[in-house]
Amino acid sequence: MTQQDYSGGHRSAGDLAILRRIMELALRHRWRVAIAAGATLIAVGLQLAVPRLLGDAIDGALLTLGDAVDPAAARQTLWATAALLLIVSVLRGAFTLAHNYSGESIGHLVGYQLRLDFYAKLQELNFSFHDRVHTGDLVTRGLLDIEGVRMFFNMGVLRSLLLVVLVVVGAGLMLSTDLVLGLLSLSFVPFVAFRSATMRLRLRGLWLRLQESLGELGRIMDENLSGIRVVRAFGAEHYEMDKYDQMAQEALGISRQRVATRSAHISLMTLAFFAAMALVLWVGGERVLSGEMTVGTLTEFLTFMTILQQPVRQIGMVVNAFARASTCGARLFSVMDIVPEIADGPGARPLEVTDGVVRFDGVSFAYEAVGAPVLKDVSFEVARGKTLGIVGPPGSGKSTIAQLLPRHYEATSGRITIDGQDIREVTAQSLRDAVCVVAQDPYLFTSSIENNIAYGNPWADEPEIHEAAGAAQIRNFIATLPERYETLVGERGVSLSGGQKQRVAIARAALLDPVVLVLDDSTAAIDAGTERRIQRALQDRAGTRTTIIVSHRLSALKHADEILFLEAGRIVERGSHESLMALGGKYAALYRLQTSGAESPEGVTEVAE
Amino acid sequence: MNVDATGSSSETRRKLRAVVGSQISRDEEMFGAAFDRQVMRRFMRYVAPYRGAIILAVAAVLTFTASQLAIPLVIRWSIDEALLSDARGTGFLTLTVAVFAAIIVANFAANWLQDWLVGWTGERVIFALRRAMFEHLQKVALTFMDRTEVGRMMSRLQGDVNSLQEFLDNSITAIGDLVLLVGIVAIMLTLNLELGLLTLAIVPTLFFVRIVWLPRARRAFRHARETNSIVSGALAEGIRAVRTVQAMRREAVNRELFEVKARNNLKAHLRAAKFGQTMVPIVDSLTGVALAVVIVLGGSLVLDDAMDIGVIVAFVFYVQRFFDPIRSLTMQYSVMQRAMASGQRIFEVLDVPLAIVDKPNAVSPEAVEGRVEFRHVTFGYEKNRPVLHDLSFEVAPGETVALVGPTGSGKTSIMALLHRFYEVWDGAILIDGVDVRDYSKDALAKHVSMVLQDPFLFTGTILENIRYNKTEASRDDVENAARVVGAHDFITRLPLGYDTVLTEMGRNLSLGQRQLLSFARALVADTRILILDEATANIDSYTERQIQRALGRLLRGRTGLVIAHRLATIRGADRIIVLKDGRIVETGPHDALMAQDGLYASLYALNYASFDDMPPALAEQAATNRGAT
Repeated sequence: MTQQDYSGGHRSAGDLAILRRIMELALRHRWRVAIAAGATLIAVGLQLAVPRLLGDAIDGALLTLGDAVDPAAARQTLWATAALLLIVSVLRGAFTLAHNYSGESIGHLVGYQLRLDFYAKLQELNFSFHDRVHTGDLVTRGLLDIEGVRMFFNMGVLRSLLLVVLVVVGAGLMLSTDLVLGLLSLSFVPFVAFRSATMRLRLRGLWLRLQESLGELGRIMDENLSGIRVVRAFGAEHYEMDKYDQMAQEALGISRQRVATRSAHISLMTLAFFAAMALVLWVGGERVLSGEMTVGTLTEFLTFMTILQQPVRQIGMVVNAFARASTCGARLFSVMDIVPEIADGPGARPLEVTDGVVRFDGVSFAYEAVGAPVLKDVSFEVARGKTLGIVGPPGSGKSTIAQLLPRHYEATSGRITIDGQDIREVTAQSLRDAVCVVAQDPYLFTSSIENNIAYGNPWADEPEIHEAAGAAQIRNFIATLPERYETLVGERGVSLSGGQKQRVAIARAALLDPVVLVLDDSTAAIDAGTERRIQRALQDRAGTRTTIIVSHRLSALKHADEILFLEAGRIVERGSHESLMALGGKYAALYRLQTSGAESPEGVTEVAE
Repeated sequence: MNVDATGSSSETRRKLRAVVGSQISRDEEMFGAAFDRQVMRRFMRYVAPYRGAIILAVAAVLTFTASQLAIPLVIRWSIDEALLSDARGTGFLTLTVAVFAAIIVANFAANWLQDWLVGWTGERVIFALRRAMFEHLQKVALTFMDRTEVGRMMSRLQGDVNSLQEFLDNSITAIGDLVLLVGIVAIMLTLNLELGLLTLAIVPTLFFVRIVWLPRARRAFRHARETNSIVSGALAEGIRAVRTVQAMRREAVNRELFEVKARNNLKAHLRAAKFGQTMVPIVDSLTGVALAVVIVLGGSLVLDDAMDIGVIVAFVFYVQRFFDPIRSLTMQYSVMQRAMASGQRIFEVLDVPLAIVDKPNAVSPEAVEGRVEFRHVTFGYEKNRPVLHDLSFEVAPGETVALVGPTGSGKTSIMALLHRFYEVWDGAILIDGVDVRDYSKDALAKHVSMVLQDPFLFTGTILENIRYNKTEASRDDVENAARVVGAHDFITRLPLGYDTVLTEMGRNLSLGQRQLLSFARALVADTRILILDEATANIDSYTERQIQRALGRLLRGRTGLVIAHRLATIRGADRIIVLKDGRIVETGPHDALMAQDGLYASLYALNYASFDDMPPALAEQAATNRGAT
């Protein structure tokens, strides 16, 4: 996993600070943490009692062998030991359940909270953040990182506690019984712990590499299948198979390393454990023979070792949980800690719309602090009932104007006002209530077409939705759909053409009936006739609305009251269609270019040249 | 604002039309038989090449299991025969420890070998199977690919293949588990029948509890997984649609709706965690019962001198090993169910017939002149629903023909047929008078190239994308092609120029730029015949002009079949073929067709940016108008 930081800045917090922060999240569930820790301690204590009980039982059964102890009393002791063992086992099971369940539930609660916070944060972060960070990356990382953080308390902290208590208390018991034998029975612990930790860390590295190359392989297959027509058209099947094989070989190589690492470590760990057991049997056997020790005590050592084995082998998982939590936490918190650059200031008031006058005053803008400016010193004013058209070549900054008005980005210099109120001084909510931008490439949700239209006002009633659909000229189309307004659209639903999607987006805006409506190239895929009808429908309320139309197609904004021609971020020509045509400048040239395809013979020679 | 799960608001009594995340479950998980002879037999064919490794793996598993079974026996032996026997003593203890050492060395070797062989063989089988599927998909009929979602296919190539791997891994170790369980039972009964029987009484209980528990737990786990994907879907939507969310100020509503989903997810996980943990106290208690039996009964037997004490020690070890094999064996059932379902889906893919195979005597001419002829071609995708009816036309070498007509008129089919993506039902398509079915596929690819409507680019550098599979093309060839289509300028303006890596299928370029790259790719392929499906998407006039220019250069000196949408392209063609419902209704150059005042003229008069954009009703109207005049 490459260390990736979404904040754009450097990592400020160390690993310890991150782990502490994760702990704080877990400690919010104080009672559960207390129960988990308490249950862990009790369960470990009960588990440690088992070897002693078994040893006692064996000695109890053997006692009568040599000495003349009353067999009835011996049987009674056996019954008592057995009963005790049964009670200990049942209790141990119950407390292990409590320990595991509360540990896991804390993880789920932490995960739930993080998920909510992450979601809310992403919804709140400005466009500039989302421009910078890859969507898919954010989704997958978000899911996996939350997983890594969530597991930390249970897999890392609680298990460490269990291990430490088990090893320390167990070692104390064993060493106090017999120092040499105690040391021997613990001898496998450092080796296995080290092996387990190194194995996990190596496997983690290999796993991440494997995921990466399997991801690549998946991408190769996915692109091949999605572009199968290109593959077939170019007869590129062999080429594609070569590409696939190359990647598959790499992935298989990593898999091989993984399997090799795992099998070597696992078998070595088992060997170390059994070797220690052989030593205990040997040395302990000698002691039994020399009468220094009972068979029961020897059995106690042997069963103690089997109890210790499993948790010690899992040390790797604990180490892994720590490593994972610190990288995942660092990435996750780097997103959570970002304060949106654009947020309501302390004294923000709601926007008070009176005349709906939108004013740009010497506005300049650059997407990055050091980047080239996209807009330079742009000024204009447009009032209620009027339409402003903005046109220009790609990259001239047209769309930027549309994004600045609802304050999705912040102007680098200059001032944007609505009815004299600086948009930086009003609340974002009231501003975006007043200003609605329809984007060129609208997002359709996998939901009913009705839900899509009502996206901005989910409480709208049916007549309102139908009216909005009518204004956007999509009502008739919806009537032809199998389930009309209930028809599922979006990624997995009925697929709509580009023009239909744009009309849904326009209906969305029409439903909100904003004071300022910005159409950002939002009729590009709609034919000119329908476009005119939409404009007329939207302008039925023209007396009350300020409209800004951004387009590269002049038919869309020919009728605007004022047209700005933008080039490289500057307004180079402005005026009405007629006056711009009369000027005979860039606008007029563009107009001729766009109409030539249909009206002049130049278009033909151009293609045939 | 207060949204509850029923979707009503406390403020207004109106219906809330809001959801987050997709409303369709993606879960393809299904359970059926745990054994399917057909699937197993076919799966074995992929395993067969690794027969040797698998036999060795099974041997290693058995050795490993045997050594595990032997260890408590050795301990018992050393206690009873060495420690508690007055006759023997230190010498004998050394012997038993030596035997113990030998066993653990064997255990170590077998452990290593089994883990390595099972894991590595599994990987290789699975890679081979996945490769076979992928290779097969390269050759199957496009009709199949048309019908199949790429996502679904990917889940077969990845998810289903993985569950077969899980099956293979588990099956071999399951043999060990079974032997272990049977071995423990046999040894216990042999050591002491009475004690063995009484102790083993918990085994059926363990099995029973496990079998009752398993389906419930599985449901709980599956439900938790499902809620996971629901939450992930909602999160992904929230990120992808963030611009719309913010523009429409849906943050607050979405947060509450998301919270409902997240809470369901939390509940499902807590429930699953409960199920996951309930087995623990049951197993512990039953183990406690068994240990108590061993102590009371075993101890009494020892007291009565009817049994050696070492047997108790051995029993203690065996009792603690009961549960592991039972757990894996009961899990094996669902692993197998999953594997059989996955196997069925995988073999379904491998069974898709290969559509088009070269004839044994297929020709591969070095060069063609480029004459194209459709001779009485009838074709469709579904039985009895032909898309093209008895269609005939000819294109002379070097001629550019524009295919025009409303959506569904058969333009795309014509293009696909020329490249033999599909087979005609009737009639023939000829290149230089030779049926396309008589050419080899490689020859067709060499002489016919295609530019698709949606310019598909692969992840990789611009250079690799333009060159594509013509790996012999030099950097100069690529740059020249880019220059000709007018892409060189924007490419060199990119920070890494031709070495710029395109990600996510070129989403970092504009549509117009991607279009130009796909033109350059066709130019590098340099075929006599070019089929081009013009993009319908709206492109700004500046880029549009560049594309028109590039198009002219691309078609120069080639036989061109263009599905044209733009008036400029249509008018630039040597000839226009107007199609409707799979039949040619008019043909001729622009001026002639205008003079004819037929369908073309009326479509043209409607002045749509593209004929495809036109609502079907209008196209219909245009056609009937023509009929009326």
